[in-house]
Formats: sequence, structure tokens, C-alpha cells
Amino acid sequence: MSAVAPNLQEIRAIIARHKRRDLMFAVCGVLALMIGVLTFTALFADMAMRGIPRLDLEFFTNFPSRKAERAGILSAWVGSTLVMMTTAFFAVPLGVAAGIYLEEYAPKNWMTDIIEINITNLAGVPSIVYGLLALGLFVYQFGFGQSILSAGLTLALLILPVVIVATREAIRSIPQMIREGSYALGATQWQTVRDHIVPYSMPGILTGVIIGMARAIGETAPVITIGALTFIAFLPPSPLEQEPPFINFDWLFSPFSVMPIQMFNWTSRPEAEFQINAAAAGFVLVLMTLAMNGLAIWIRYRLRKNIKW
Amino acid sequence: MTISDMQPKAEVKNLNFYYGSFQALKNLNMPVHDKKVTALIGPSGCGKSTFLRCFNRMHDLYPGNRYEGDIRLHPDDTNLLAREVDPIEVRMRISMVFQKPNPFPKSIFENVAYGLRVRGERNRRMLEERVETALRGAALWDEVKDRLDDLAYNLSGGQQQRLCIARALATDPEIMLFDEPTSALDPIATASIEELIADLKHKVTILIVTHNMQQAARVSDFTAYMYLGELIEFDVTDNIFIKPKKKQTEDYITGRFG
Repeated sequence: MSAVAPNLQEIRAIIARHKRRDLMFAVCGVLALMIGVLTFTALFADMAMRGIPRLDLEFFTNFPSRKAERAGILSAWVGSTLVMMTTAFFAVPLGVAAGIYLEEYAPKNWMTDIIEINITNLAGVPSIVYGLLALGLFVYQFGFGQSILSAGLTLALLILPVVIVATREAIRSIPQMIREGSYALGATQWQTVRDHIVPYSMPGILTGVIIGMARAIGETAPVITIGALTFIAFLPPSPLEQEPPFINFDWLFSPFSVMPIQMFNWTSRPEAEFQINAAAAGFVLVLMTLAMNGLAIWIRYRLRKNIKW
Repeated sequence: MTISDMQPKAEVKNLNFYYGSFQALKNLNMPVHDKKVTALIGPSGCGKSTFLRCFNRMHDLYPGNRYEGDIRLHPDDTNLLAREVDPIEVRMRISMVFQKPNPFPKSIFENVAYGLRVRGERNRRMLEERVETALRGAALWDEVKDRLDDLAYNLSGGQQQRLCIARALATDPEIMLFDEPTSALDPIATASIEELIADLKHKVTILIVTHNMQQAARVSDFTAYMYLGELIEFDVTDNIFIKPKKKQTEDYITGRFG
């Protein structure tokens, strides 16, 4: 037997031991994953099974009612839609402009570092705190009342950090070469931002906006804090009307309810029929959120097809 | 009268450049001759790209950079580096082609038209005319004339670089700066870019940075050899390559160093 002959048995034993550890970790990982996935699936399946039979056209076109079988989510989904529109209207321009300023214009010094850290922290502030701030500021100080406008502004504040961070990340992914190419042709900073930075970062910005909105649509605490109604049997005035000027902004100051509040109201009732209503509304709300996330993925896919660095 | 007696397009006088406290260029002096190709060569880190980027004030985009001295552009004798001269004005007169092709994620047409749009040109006929002239000037027209609305990214690397040349050419610059324009290209695309540069010098003054000495010898009329931020030797290209005056230049040219 030569001196250099390896001890194959020992090597194989070591490999087998290491592979067992590989396998052990993989099993732990799958278990950890399953706890999350199965919990969500079980919840969602339970809600869907209880809620889907209740879904019909009338469920969407009826106001809430004391009789469970006649109650619907009309005021809730209209309220959620209007609040989301208001939120987007305020959060997108503010967040995008702030993100562009921080990324393209602001000097890099300790001041901007502090601002940056604070924006990241704002994203972690509990939403009830935004609700209390909005109650004092929008509802009382500015006198907007317990209205769609107050709710839209509150949720806009809530998702502003998400929009700013998404905007900055999208801008940061644009290669410096592209900026230099624009400046080298004699473009000003504004021309470069308008013609290149904004259009090329749009997929990332839109994705961030929609993900922020998907979070906002499920928020309950801040909306309750500013005084959304739990029972409302009329719709806000229509934004469109027949006579000139055709557009009406009275709806902004109207009382309202939103989907999660409607659900909360129904789950707190003792009757089993209302529990089923809550499950049906929850199912609709989850679908709305999933649809928004799906839209984000689709937009990102569509717009990024034309942009590769 | 030899070329050296004629009024150069630009003159570099006592140019110093600092990245913060680090001095990257040390007292450079040289002419840039009109409608000729001037090559900047030297080992990596010698400051040739830094020097080139002084000509269109690219360094102004980043904080902490500082110029001293003059780059005088003729016939108006403007000092491009003067604080009161707007870098945007400088970049409108002097255009640049980068190391890697950097077309915008827009159509071929919009890429070439962008410099004109920046100058406020809105007339569609005018834009079309000048885009065609620029694409012909960059030897790309025949390949793209039927698909001007296609994305620029659908072109090959060599075509993209010629598109960037067309983009830089469309605004009738007085000087074109090329920063190692073929380093990301294959040999065939490289040959076509070199041919193009030889054509372009009849119309425009060209300054080219290259790490490829054969390329400098093939395309340039004048060559400057730089080392560690200093200009070691500037002369007619043939002289630099056949009978350099300085030992240092000769060592680099013959490959004993660098």
C-alpha cells in the first residue's frame, strides 16, 4: 500500500455527515416556510369558503343594513376607492418630487444623511400615530372634518416614505453613463431629470406607489382615529355631474366608510350571518390588494421591457 | 506654412486639475490643431481621460473638483475653464463619445435628435433633416433608415457606438471628444469606428483617448504621451512613434513599460 493512498472510507464518512447537515437545514427551511404559507392559505381558504357563497351583485350594490342578508358593501368600496384616489393624488407628486430632489439635486452632506435616516424611520412609525397626527392637524386644525379628504391625506402621509424610498431606488439604478450622456449634449439638470431620470425610473416608482397603496387600502386604525363612520347608508356626491363645470369636489368633504372598517363592524356583531358578510368583504379586500400587487408586477414587466442597462 | 504655424482650434495653458486635494493633472501645455485628430496615450491612471473631460467640463458634475489654468477655444479665445463660462455652453460647443456605448433607452431617432431638442429645436422637418445628416455622417444611415423608431438597444454594440457618434455629431460641434471609444467593441466594429474618425476629421477637430497605441498610430495626426498627470511629449504622431525625443516615451511606445 503506497503512502499517499487516501483513506477513502474516512473521506466518505465526512461527506455523508456534512450532507446530513445539509438535509437537516433544508428540512428546517421548508418547515419555516410552510408555517407562513400554510397559515395564510388556511386563513384565506377559510374566508373564501365562508364568504364566496355570499357574493352576488347585490352585495356590491347594497348599503349596510341591520338585516344581514340585505347588507352590502356599496358605501365601503366606493369610500375605499375615493380615499385611494385622494391618497394617490397627494402621495405620488410629493413623494416623487422629494425622491428626485434627494437623489439628483441635494448636496451629499450630514443634513441629507439625517433626512434620509428619518425617512426610513418614518416608514416604521405605527399607523395609529399618523391617525392621531391627522386628527389634530387635518380634522381640527385645517377643519377638513371627518372626510374623505382627511382620510386621503392621512394615508398619503402614511405611504409617503414608501414612495420616496421607491423613487430613490429606481433613480439610483439608472447608470451614471446615461446622465453623463445627457449632460454632455448640453442638457441642463432639469432637462436631464425630465427627459431621462423620470421616464426611466417610472417602472420602479409605479411599483412602489402601488405597493404603498396596497398597504394603505387595508389600514384601519388611522381611518378610525380620524372618524370614519362604521355605518353609512348614503354615497358621497358624485365627482361627475351633468351640468357645467361637470366636475364636483364636494365628495372630498363627505363622510365615508372603507372596506376594513365595514369588516370590523360586521365581525363585532353577534349574529352568524354578519360573520359571513365579514368573510365575504374580507375576501373582496384581499382580492383588491392582490389585484393591485398584480398590476404592479405587470407594469414593471411592461415598462422594463424597453429599458435594460 | 506647416500645420504647427496655423492657429490651433484650442490651446491648453498651464492646466492643473485637482480631485479634492489630489492633483491629477500637472501643468499641461499643448495645442489642439484644427480639423486634425489628436491622440492622448499613456498607461492606466496617467490622467488622459481626466484631461479629456476637462474640455467639456464634465468634472463640474461632481463636487470637490477644481481646475487651474486655461483651455482657450479659438477663434473667440474663450477660456473654457473660466468660472464665468457656463459648462452647458461649453458642452454645446464640444461634444463627447464615451467608452461604452451609452444610448438612451429611446428610439434611434430620438437619440440623435436629443441634442437638438435640448437646444429647443421643435420643427419636425428640421429635426428629420439633421438626424439624417448626422446618421449619414456616422455611416449608420443605410443600416437604420427603415427603423428609426426602433429602440436603440436593438442595435449591435458597434452600431450603438456609431449612434452615439451621430448623436454627438448632430449639433455641429467644434470639437469632438472620444474617450476610448472602441474599448468595448470587437475588432470589426473597432475598424469601422476608426474609419469613421478618419472621415470626420475633415469636418471637425477630434481629440481621442486611447490605450491602444496601434490605434493612436493609425488614426491620429498628433499624439500626446502622458504619465502620472504630466504631459511627457507632444508631437506629430509619426515623430512620436518613429523618433520620440524622450527616453520615457520611447520605453512606453516600444512596450518596455506600461
